[in-house]
Amino acid sequence: MADTLLSIRDLRLEGRAERGWVPILKGVDLDLKRGEVLGLIGESGAGKSTLGLAAMGYVRDGTRFAGGSVTFDGRDLLKLSPRERRRLRGNRIAYVAQSAAASFNPAHRLIDQYSEGPVIHGVMSKAQAEADARELYAKMRLPDPDRIGFRYPHQVSGGQLQRAMTAMAMASRPDLIVFDEPTTALDVTTQIEVLGAIRDIVAEFDTAAIYITHDLAVVAQMADRIKVIRHGEEVEEAPTREMLAAPREDYTRSLWAVREFRADPAPAPAPDEKPVLSVSHVTASYRTGPAVLQDVTFDIHPGRTLAVVGESGSGKSTAARVITGLLPPDGGEIRLGGEVLPPRLADRSREQLRRVQMIYQMADTALNPRQTLREIVGRPARFYRGLRGRDLDRDIRQLLEDVELDPDEFIDRYPGELSGGQKQRVGILRALAARPDVIICDEVTSALDQIVADGILRLLKRLQVEHGLSYMFITHDIATVRAIADHVVVMQNGHVVEQGPKAEMFAPPHAAYTDLLLSSVPEMDPDWLTRRRGEMRA
Amino acid sequence: MSPIVRMILGRLALGLLSLVLVSLVIFMAVELLPGDIAQEVLGQSATPETVAAFRAELGLDQAAPIRYVHWLGGVLTGDLGNSLATGRDIGSMIVDRFGKTLFLAGYAAAISVPLAVTLGILAALYRNSIFDRIVNVATLSSISFPEYFVAYILILLLSINTPVFPSIADFGRDPSLGDMLYRTFLPAMTLVLVVTAHMMRMTRASIINLMAQPYIEMARLKGVGPARVILRHALPNALAPIINVVALNLAYLITGVVIVEVVFVYPGLGQLMVDSVAKRDITVVQGCCLVFAGIYILLNLLADVLSIATNPQLLHRK
Amino acid sequence: MRTLRLLSSAPPTALFGMTVIALYALVVILAPWIAPHGQTEIVGLEFEPWGGDYVLGTDNLGRDMLSRMIYGIRNSVTIALLTTLLSFALGSVLGLLAATLGGWIDQVLSRLVDVLMAIPAILFALLLLTITGTGIAQMIAIIAVLEATRVFRLTRATAMNVSVMDFVEAARLRGEGTGWIIRREILPNITSPLIAEFGLRFCFVFLAISALSFLGLGIQPPTADLGAMVRDNAALITFGDMVPLLPAAAIALLTIAVNFVVDWMLHRASGLKS
Repeated sequence: MADTLLSIRDLRLEGRAERGWVPILKGVDLDLKRGEVLGLIGESGAGKSTLGLAAMGYVRDGTRFAGGSVTFDGRDLLKLSPRERRRLRGNRIAYVAQSAAASFNPAHRLIDQYSEGPVIHGVMSKAQAEADARELYAKMRLPDPDRIGFRYPHQVSGGQLQRAMTAMAMASRPDLIVFDEPTTALDVTTQIEVLGAIRDIVAEFDTAAIYITHDLAVVAQMADRIKVIRHGEEVEEAPTREMLAAPREDYTRSLWAVREFRADPAPAPAPDEKPVLSVSHVTASYRTGPAVLQDVTFDIHPGRTLAVVGESGSGKSTAARVITGLLPPDGGEIRLGGEVLPPRLADRSREQLRRVQMIYQMADTALNPRQTLREIVGRPARFYRGLRGRDLDRDIRQLLEDVELDPDEFIDRYPGELSGGQKQRVGILRALAARPDVIICDEVTSALDQIVADGILRLLKRLQVEHGLSYMFITHDIATVRAIADHVVVMQNGHVVEQGPKAEMFAPPHAAYTDLLLSSVPEMDPDWLTRRRGEMRA
Repeated sequence: MSPIVRMILGRLALGLLSLVLVSLVIFMAVELLPGDIAQEVLGQSATPETVAAFRAELGLDQAAPIRYVHWLGGVLTGDLGNSLATGRDIGSMIVDRFGKTLFLAGYAAAISVPLAVTLGILAALYRNSIFDRIVNVATLSSISFPEYFVAYILILLLSINTPVFPSIADFGRDPSLGDMLYRTFLPAMTLVLVVTAHMMRMTRASIINLMAQPYIEMARLKGVGPARVILRHALPNALAPIINVVALNLAYLITGVVIVEVVFVYPGLGQLMVDSVAKRDITVVQGCCLVFAGIYILLNLLADVLSIATNPQLLHRK
Repeated sequence: MRTLRLLSSAPPTALFGMTVIALYALVVILAPWIAPHGQTEIVGLEFEPWGGDYVLGTDNLGRDMLSRMIYGIRNSVTIALLTTLLSFALGSVLGLLAATLGGWIDQVLSRLVDVLMAIPAILFALLLLTITGTGIAQMIAIIAVLEATRVFRLTRATAMNVSVMDFVEAARLRGEGTGWIIRREILPNITSPLIAEFGLRFCFVFLAISALSFLGLGIQPPTADLGAMVRDNAALITFGDMVPLLPAAAIALLTIAVNFVVDWMLHRASGLKS
């Protein structure tokens, strides 16, 4: 076919492991026409970034090509000399990385980094490239496009850097750009602008693109076709609308289905029901810095889930630190079951500590890698409830069964021998073993793949019902809020912007910020981004 | 005042503070001594009168803070007191020898710094190659060798078996520079071998760390060739780590100097210090220690300031 | 079984290192039985050549060089090991406390260590030795304290990396005491860097002690010591005789061996992480 730009056949790649080489890509095919955008979707470790880089004929240290071909515009990149491959990169194939902040060289101005590609490939002179940069910066809707290029990377915000990097990728007007999770590190309200800018510029120059992401809703906006990858192999591939409407494979369907989970909401608390934990008029700051929490007030009712939503820097995690006593507040108070909690962790009684437990975002760092599950789960049971010997053993086994981990198989394992979802279950168990009243869940599902996250949410809901637990759910993810919250608190810059029962919060009218937050969350509908941007302009 | 100037001034103040603290430690070391220094130095056979006279000469009959201020005042005006053993003025004893030591250390540094940095960068770039492995084994061995072992091997090879260079690094009055370089070749080489190994390993480690940064990968993905990746993308960010590596290794240079001077009977500060330790000539040791430590701190300070001044994130504030 | 597999994956340098370390350990333990003569025993004339009655000849006082070497290894290695243990006992405990407790304790200890480290160790050692006078006990104490500052820095830094992890925060929130947090949460996670550091520290201590002895300021005669033996017999080098280099080579061999093993350990640790 004349209009085929990139054709990958039976591509195999291996990575160096402790003993020998293990396969990362196990024979993947991929075809891309000129001007087409292919979405590459899969869970972490599926091999999608490796595939994206391989499309540039590039492998990272510790990985190697083991077979197959990558034919770009009629030439097999794997058979070219390093020099010939270099002549294509940054010229006819460009790359946009996930972390723009780390991928710009801190020692050079943005515009110098922009012009480097075109100049070394002889596409433009330096002066031409600089003039061109201003034009592209404007197209990417960067503020002050004539001057922003003369700044250094650390002087520019994350969302702007990501747009500057897309402009840089476009500098030589390549035939193909590989986007590797370009908006994953951004807040939703920033993400929507970057997505729009990327889509426009790719359309304007009719550039083909491989768009890598784990977010279905994002890929639905960006791609003409979607390819699903799992364990280094293709699951299925179809035009975007077709795949969204009728996914063929079970695995793809399960990816789609997880976004549907809705826990049955608990009945609204009676007007005279006492909250189990109440935060009133709390103000807090780190050292001598500005206040990171200002006059924050909310209640958590027994057996209910309170979701605290906000973007990075909103103060939602600081609120958790104040409640747990890690950061004594400057003003206000925290009550647990009616009694005022001492501000400092060290002044709280063991009983008070027992009643509020915490589950963390990163299960990898939340569990001591040198302790077995028996020690991790058994310690709170022993520490708070004085269980010993056979009683303790029985309790640990019971807890493991509770979260569907076979005690005989798992009790003496170390966290390193568990999958991500299993680790997060153990994190939940450690909290549960204290028999708490309130559990603070700090972004507990954001580091997990969607199917696993879904399982964790269902598990938390079941445990809530069985044990009468109250949750404070800290998250930036609106889908999670929809799935599990009873009551929602929206935070921005250390303030509570709005709060109320979930049903009210998701129905207009909203506070302006809540509206922006809610409407920035990508939806599965491929027309969402177009529609949403139309609304924003209006 | 720009933030970078403020930061540099801050470092200078900190450096000054550590100079004062170090002088205090050197002074206090004598104070912390259990028992009576005068008795210790003079031995058990000394009569109470001689001990008392000696104490008075040391100024030990005054309170410690007064003596410290007095001593520090002297140090600042170049008066380091008198030697306990010979009664000679320490300042004049040190000046000449200090120059010789600086010459030797400078000689070694002038060769080893460029050598180590170049080899370190090369080893990092050709990581896991045969070259890298050979260099790794060679430098590991080299840092495992006592300085005097290296020194005697060099003497055996280049002075005894093939008499090319002198094994005693003394030069008479008014030697020419060439003559000095020739006569101190072996001690300088000894230092070079020891210091280069340490410095090279650290340079390699910091460059490897740098080459793993995403912006280096980005440069490669823009089609930038290997030479340009290093010169334009790695080097500007490598300056600060390399400067720090060089500063850290000054400690090895100073340690090496002390021993090398003894082996080659080189009349420098290290030799004087070792002789004085044996004679328990505390005032001289204090003086030498202060000079060495002062130089060490000043050079570290210089490195600190340089790495601030070459850091792009500090140079161009928001 | 696991040990065997581990050993089979070791590079030749590390295997060489482990073999040498084992040999030295044997010499240290068995010295009195394998040395043909006593360490201070005068058996012949001064500077008798190699071969003949004495495998390595005799030294400047007519003592058997081989026996002196064997005892020298025993003495120097034991003293260095003792000093390293002492510096670890001091440095790692304080480092762990500083990292776990933080606050003013950390501030005070860290600033103190900064000042001590602002003077190169060997200079400080010379200064202190002038004051205390030379002797094995003084030397052990001085070197141990000075090296403890390095141990402190490393322990504190690695422990800090661990103590910011969520599982340590979880233990704090549970209400665990400092003792538990150090022993059960932090220590098990920093043992491998600490073991590697022990190897490196041992090398530094071993070299520092032999350097002091070489300068005549360390282990005093007639006790056999590798550094002092180089000095005592240095005159022979002018005659092209390699005998004085043997004790120095014995020092170098052991430090190389330890460095090779540590290098392999560090390489393994960093490889497993990435």
